[in-house]
Amino acid sequence: MPKLPAPPLPKALKPRPKRPGENGNGNGDAPTTPLEVAIDAGVDVVDWIDERTSLSPGIRWLLFRKVPKGINWFYTLGSATMFAFLNQAVTGVFLAMFYRPDATGGAYESVRYITDDAFLGQLVRAMHKWGASVMIILIFLHMARVFFFGAYKYPRELTWIIGVVLLILTLAMGFTGYLLPFDQRSYWATIVGVNINGTGPFIGPYLSDFLRAGPEFGATTLSRFYAIHMLLIPGLIAALIGAHLYLITKLGISAPPWIKAEEEVEMREERV
Amino acid sequence: MIEATVEDRHKAGKSKYTTDRQMPGAFEGETVTRRRFMNVVTQGAGLVAAGAFGLPALGFALGPLFSRVPFDWQAIGPASDFPDSTYTVRVITIVPGIGEAGKSIAYVRARNPAIDTEKEDQYNHFVALSSRCMHLGCPVRFVAAASRFICPCHGGVYDFRGMVAGGPPVRPLDRFYTRVNSSTGLVEIGPRYSVNSELQRFSARDPGQPLDGIGQYLYPARFDTSVLPGS
Repeated sequence: MPKLPAPPLPKALKPRPKRPGENGNGNGDAPTTPLEVAIDAGVDVVDWIDERTSLSPGIRWLLFRKVPKGINWFYTLGSATMFAFLNQAVTGVFLAMFYRPDATGGAYESVRYITDDAFLGQLVRAMHKWGASVMIILIFLHMARVFFFGAYKYPRELTWIIGVVLLILTLAMGFTGYLLPFDQRSYWATIVGVNINGTGPFIGPYLSDFLRAGPEFGATTLSRFYAIHMLLIPGLIAALIGAHLYLITKLGISAPPWIKAEEEVEMREERV
Repeated sequence: MIEATVEDRHKAGKSKYTTDRQMPGAFEGETVTRRRFMNVVTQGAGLVAAGAFGLPALGFALGPLFSRVPFDWQAIGPASDFPDSTYTVRVITIVPGIGEAGKSIAYVRARNPAIDTEKEDQYNHFVALSSRCMHLGCPVRFVAAASRFICPCHGGVYDFRGMVAGGPPVRPLDRFYTRVNSSTGLVEIGPRYSVNSELQRFSARDPGQPLDGIGQYLYPARFDTSVLPGS
């Protein structure tokens, strides 16, 4: 495999050439000012890690890569979806510190406590609640971008397939998370959702029994949904986002369909 | 003429006996190499270890599909509470121990031979309808003025007997077994069962699962259904 040339360093990161008569300034001489000492310490730490892990080529491979002409704001929808997921993960972790999956009334009470009493609880819960809708909107916009730009075609089919699995998992997150506030809307929406699963022939009845942990909405249904919502699916989503990003980096970004391949300039001999 | 005597190692490797392949320490009649043996044993041990925690965890998650849920007969009042001309509402407990979330509503009336054509037996002297809409499980409400059950979610309508009168429901309203306790004289309500459009009894299914035609085969009964004697 041919070795790619190292990408050029941005100007700001290049060491400034030493001026005549100037003493230490980060290009070999001992650092003098506190700022230079601090910068050197940071560089030392990064070097120490890099010497043991060799991570920097991988990071260069991931971050400094060629992109085609004509890419535009639509290409940021995937990253936007990922940041919506990160928002869900971070706010979800802190909501889990207050939430109690207790079907006898503790769940509703703990959500009421988060919303009404906990410091910034209303904000964090709203970020999680509205972020869920934002993530679903963004994932569909991202999917539409990939579809209409034809970016799912060879060799990126597997990226598309993983993306579809991520879409399904995101919808499953929405479904399982909807029950957790445990108010009337959550309860009946979940009853309806589980029964929709149950209409699948042959496996439907078993699927809805699995979701409910029994023939009726029972004592462990809520904790089951909670475990699926905060442990099972987030792990799968994080792993698949990793695979998705690897494939994107490996295969490169596709050009928009209106960009034509540059034609070879034909050399002609002009005779006079 | 001198023949080449260079040993063809690839040909020698074709023999299934390790002794033929001149492996150091080979036994007479040995066919499995140590490398292959170690490979199989290590991967097998890995599989056993993964199964040792994977299978119990899977069984634990799937266990509720197979466990039989016990049911109680719940007394809902004396027979005089339930006329045969209209429904009386009773709140019953479907899942004990989880408070309001485990409660449900039954609409109860006495059997009226003039309109109830299904065969009478010991479990249907009183007709108890589940409030679960058979479209997707929302709670239906009995509107006495129209003598209809109406679902608020997607417009399912049932007639006085609980048969589908309109909208998306796929089968009549589910029913509960009822009996009259001879020692207390109270009407008692038992487990739920499902009916098809001819009011044949089936073990309780979920809403949205039709029981007419091939429906009963497409949506098999769950393993944990409680079966009443003589029903």
